[in-house]
Amino acid sequence: MSEKSYRDAIRDAMIEEMERDPNVLIMGEDIGVYEGTFRITAGMLKKYGPKRVIDTPIAEAGMIGTAVGMAMTGLRPIVEMMTMNFSIVAADQIINHAGKVRYFSGGQVDVPIVIRGPHGAGVQLSAQHSQSFESFYGHFPGLHVVAPGTPADAKGLLKTAIRGRDPVIFLESAALYGMKGEVPDDPDFTVPFGRSRVAREGSDVTIVSYGRMLQLSLTVADKLSKDGGAECEVIDLRTLRPLDLEPVFASVAKTHRAIVVQEQWKPYGAAAELSASITEAMFDELDAPVARVTGEDVPMPYARNLELLATPHEEHIERAVRKVMYANA
Amino acid sequence: MAKAKKESGAAVADPACAPEWTELLRQMIFIRRFEEATENAFRRGKIGGYLHVYIGQEAVASGIVSALQPGDAVFCGYRDHAQALALGSDPGRVMAELYGKRTGISKGKGGSMHLFDVEHGLYGGYGIVGGHLTLAAGAAYSFRYRETDNIAVCYFGDGAMNIGSFHEAMNMAGLWGHQGMCPIIFVIENNGYAMGTSIERHSALTDLAARVRAYDIPGEKVDGQDLFAVRGVADRVVRQVRETGKPYCIEAVTYRFSGHGAADILQPYRSKEEVEKHRHRDPIGILRARLGEVCGLTHADVKAMEEWAAEEVAKAVKFAEESDPPAASELFDDVIAEHGPRPVAESDYESEHE
Repeated sequence: MSEKSYRDAIRDAMIEEMERDPNVLIMGEDIGVYEGTFRITAGMLKKYGPKRVIDTPIAEAGMIGTAVGMAMTGLRPIVEMMTMNFSIVAADQIINHAGKVRYFSGGQVDVPIVIRGPHGAGVQLSAQHSQSFESFYGHFPGLHVVAPGTPADAKGLLKTAIRGRDPVIFLESAALYGMKGEVPDDPDFTVPFGRSRVAREGSDVTIVSYGRMLQLSLTVADKLSKDGGAECEVIDLRTLRPLDLEPVFASVAKTHRAIVVQEQWKPYGAAAELSASITEAMFDELDAPVARVTGEDVPMPYARNLELLATPHEEHIERAVRKVMYANA
Repeated sequence: MAKAKKESGAAVADPACAPEWTELLRQMIFIRRFEEATENAFRRGKIGGYLHVYIGQEAVASGIVSALQPGDAVFCGYRDHAQALALGSDPGRVMAELYGKRTGISKGKGGSMHLFDVEHGLYGGYGIVGGHLTLAAGAAYSFRYRETDNIAVCYFGDGAMNIGSFHEAMNMAGLWGHQGMCPIIFVIENNGYAMGTSIERHSALTDLAARVRAYDIPGEKVDGQDLFAVRGVADRVVRQVRETGKPYCIEAVTYRFSGHGAADILQPYRSKEEVEKHRHRDPIGILRARLGEVCGLTHADVKAMEEWAAEEVAKAVKFAEESDPPAASELFDDVIAEHGPRPVAESDYESEHE
């Protein structure tokens, strides 16, 4: 184990996989000479050369479409989105091509492409640069959707993504890039997809989350434990597709109360899917309706005070915990 | 059917009378009869969904595909039956795909628009106009990256040249070509129409090769109804692209005799006279006349080809008719490589078990 930042964990995962497999390459806007907007790829052009570290034009459909073609013919491209907001420019390439070609070819091709980049709200980046896409991409069969909430998972899940056979949408929380944590050094350390984990044990309320909201949920759980308000069990989903709900159901069977925390908008969001799944499977176990903590239903504003109002915070989670416990707010 | 493939770069010895030309005529006649059979099956309700046939454009598929070598990759739009057959896909399995049968080349999951036969070099028919151009450019990069001498061929219509991914694919192919990293031939099947919108109405500049040259990709126009012309250009261009790793564009000027799709019956965008005029330039008729004049191909020879084609098509239809549809259990196959959550191990981290 070594202490690593979330950012370095991602970088290490890519470098280790490039060392392991010559068919792994990385492409994106300003990842080479410029060394990446978040410097995740700094030094990689020098180390691996322009054939494996490809600076692309500003052309998301072009870079993702070509990466799909590479993946279909034996390579393992990692495509860095400067931010995941730009990936929707390439929605046709991701949804209609990467996600469907295995199926409509009757299984004749693998599409091992990883589309990764910072995701979710930043600080005053306003409406076009602050969005969350887990439910958008999670909607489509054929894609995997991954949202690591710790440095160890960032590394282990990314390595699984790169070694896999299918397209992966890898959602990094820019707000976590600086976060440090223990990360295994073993170059064969991987975290499998579809395996949720109990991030914190508790007996009163189940909090289901992923990505940056996981860290927020853990903070709240610690605070409520110290206050004597409640013992929360926090489940980290890690991957939204495939989705492993067994640990969630096991937890709800114990706590009988659940809240789901997401940063994105409430309508048709991941929390709606999770809340419905919990209710369908665990209706008889629930002592309260599943509560959703989400961002507000507005495009992200620029002004800092408004931005803070638009995103979920600790107090929103705390309030939801009290609500499902029928405690006074 | 017999394959009409040969090693690229091997120039046809006698410009007119090599047996290969006769073989290509036979292939084109076969493709025509096959397509007619698909239209017929569509009318009988045996083929569902969308059906886009290649009738009138056969020389564009046969002329270029026949110049390729094993391992080369062909990407197409949704008018893709002819390329599959020219590449040597089993006609029975192609027909079975159109019938939605489990024996189809895409296991009945793709249908007419998504023929797929990687073993024979067909990397797909695609249903979103222009979307596959980027894929083909990526495949070309992949061939060079892995140090093979294969090339990619990407077919698309004039109608695909107005969508964003066309421009992004061209620009990236042009850039990668500077490093010799993009051996691809872009083949514009210029049949004059984006579905029902004529080229004057859909393209600000109707000199299509010029639009490709804007991305530093050289190109040339060829009479797509003349197999000799198409194959002549293809032999030279295939060799050049294979050697240089640089993209090239062939604009094949052609015409589809049938409607855009099987449902395009009224065809209000063009006159009967226009279609009739073009029917006089039937690629099969042109090749047949030329082989008759120069090489002494007889009516009896052609009759034998027609009989063979009719027989082979009948076999393909019979195979499709008699095949089973996919089993219900196949519904979930091939969505992803592995399904759902993996079995939960004792530890969250795999490596801790090792």
